[in-house]
Amino acid sequence: MQFGFLLEQVVNGLVLGGYYLLIALGLSLIFSVGGIVNLAHGAFYALGAYISVEITKYLGFGSAVVLSPIAVALFGILFERFILRRFYDADPILSLLVTFGLAMVTEQAIRIIWGAPPLSAAIPQALRGSVFLGDFLFSRYRLLILAVVAAVLVGVWLLLHKTSFGRVVRAGIQRPDMVAALGIRLQPYMTAIVMLGVGMAALGGAFFAPITIVHPAMGAEIITVAFVVVVIGGLGSFWGVVLAAMLVGVVRGITIHFAPAAGEASIYVLMFLVLLVRPRGLLGERIEKFE
Amino acid sequence: MTRYSRRTLLKVGAAFAGASAIGSPSILSAQAARIKIGHLVPLTGFLGAIGSYAQLGVKMAAEEINASGGIIGKQIDLMSEDSVNPATASTKAQRMIEQDGAVLLFGEISSASSLTIMQVAERNKKVFFSTGARSDALRGKDCNRYSFHCDIPNTVMVNAVGTALKQKGMVKGKKFVTLTADYIFGHDLLKAAKAFFSANDATLIGDELIATDVTDFSPYLLKVRQAKPDVVCCNLAGNQVTNLVKQYAEFGLPYPLVGFNLNTGDAWAMGEGNLSGTWPTVWYHTLENSASKAFVEAFTKKYGKPPENHAWIEYITLKMIAQAITETKSTESDALIAYFEKQTQFDIMKARKAYFRSWDHQLVQEAYPFTVKPKGEMKDKWDMLVLGEAVPAAGAKLESIYPTKTQNPCNMKA
Repeated sequence: MQFGFLLEQVVNGLVLGGYYLLIALGLSLIFSVGGIVNLAHGAFYALGAYISVEITKYLGFGSAVVLSPIAVALFGILFERFILRRFYDADPILSLLVTFGLAMVTEQAIRIIWGAPPLSAAIPQALRGSVFLGDFLFSRYRLLILAVVAAVLVGVWLLLHKTSFGRVVRAGIQRPDMVAALGIRLQPYMTAIVMLGVGMAALGGAFFAPITIVHPAMGAEIITVAFVVVVIGGLGSFWGVVLAAMLVGVVRGITIHFAPAAGEASIYVLMFLVLLVRPRGLLGERIEKFE
Repeated sequence: MTRYSRRTLLKVGAAFAGASAIGSPSILSAQAARIKIGHLVPLTGFLGAIGSYAQLGVKMAAEEINASGGIIGKQIDLMSEDSVNPATASTKAQRMIEQDGAVLLFGEISSASSLTIMQVAERNKKVFFSTGARSDALRGKDCNRYSFHCDIPNTVMVNAVGTALKQKGMVKGKKFVTLTADYIFGHDLLKAAKAFFSANDATLIGDELIATDVTDFSPYLLKVRQAKPDVVCCNLAGNQVTNLVKQYAEFGLPYPLVGFNLNTGDAWAMGEGNLSGTWPTVWYHTLENSASKAFVEAFTKKYGKPPENHAWIEYITLKMIAQAITETKSTESDALIAYFEKQTQFDIMKARKAYFRSWDHQLVQEAYPFTVKPKGEMKDKWDMLVLGEAVPAAGAKLESIYPTKTQNPCNMKA
């Protein structure tokens, strides 16, 4: 029975990992292509949650989880065009500062627009409750999230590996100078990557609004875990981030099973151990421009 | 210019992200100094949501007092800031007294921060009114002469809910699992809960300590299911309560969820249909009391939403302080302490008047258990709760639900 309980935690950890993945994948893509550590990524997650709560009031939950990421992705265009674009070649400390500043500005803007008290949000009645698969208990809603994450993952993988868009992006990660020499401007691709990245973060926010508290600082809460996932996974590697997200979810679940008080610390210990053995992260590639 | 490896930068980035927990800019209403009062309340972190209500309440009280001519002819200069965490709270409290000239301090919700401010108050011999902290230890073994405690302590919350649960037959012979906030408040509440369980033939079969920054409770919910309790009991605080209740509803576990701590601000954030069970509260805006109704109306008119219990407690506390300064014509600590230690009675918008007990400085007042209103009966989204009978029952002594002198190890140094 003990083993069954543990397995349940493992599976639950995988589901949770899927949620971390939505935030971390965009963070990793923006960093890999643009070389920018986007500390404002959590702010887009929070915006995704707030906008989806607003849309849910008028059009229902189904529309909200579609429209909110689209709206945030459009914000992403402005973000890339007017802010990020100025910092691709600048000292990286500048982009760190500007995105950190933007994260704080966004958090305060949310306070001004929606107020400091949290918003109320709930899961639609039809999606509540849990399902049993054999002896395993799953939240029905989290299974839905898992399905959405899987679909997004397949979509992003196909985009990066099976389209000409993806070829340019991947080449841009490894050899931006070569891409430029071939007469391809990376900037429009970067706009698209930022849209995709912040859109995924917003999708995470929209799906998590009904099951976690929707408050102005929610972005700051998620960004740390997302960073840990990216660092563990390694840069430039799609599967590295996927693997790391799952690993973080599972390690946290197992730790909570045995030593609940160490649950939150466990993921940082994991990061520490991984970096000790593999300084580039689990599947991180050697990327010339970052060495 | 120094070049950093971007890879190093990414790791630094993770640390940087953590730094975003620093506080929001302080709100200072600096005017020509009259009576300066230092106010600290968490506006960020897991108690920030309810702290924002507290700040609305205290601002309203200060504005009302100043509009009616101030206290003993002087305007109040309210300095209200984010307390952030215990260390920052202590630093800010010291600064408010030392540099800004605060004559007294009040506020706070976190028991951990409240404890550090209490120490600053004692060191500087300035009065501190802890408005929202509930840990028994603050008015027990950690009590001091300069600190007063306005909110109901953990033992009272356990007694309020416990009485209601006993009436429903949910205690005797039942198996409980508790989920507890891992800091002084939670530890203290768990202790009170354990005492209640053992006094009433209930068994505690599982107990999880949960860090205050946890947002995902799914691994804990799986452990609850594995333990198969009769009742699940929440000893969490702030955002934790909201997150737990949302996810408890998500998983749809069959065991009834009750709790020994809840603030109405947390309940309002939970989302429709998520909350059930029996919980305690110190005040609610639907209370049948004319003073309370007038306050709710004025507050709602001003802010567009009803006051949460922290807005109320901050409001009445500043009014009590104003009354004390008016009647003693002094802002000296000794005069104020003597005034409150006379067990002066205050109207705090409840059926029975309240007073600070002289030997532990606890505001002795009624509390209420509540259950959740069915959706069809709610007048608006704020109207979520059905208050039970006030505890202690009418006719019983107010102090009967508070720890007695033998139970409470408060020993104040003169």
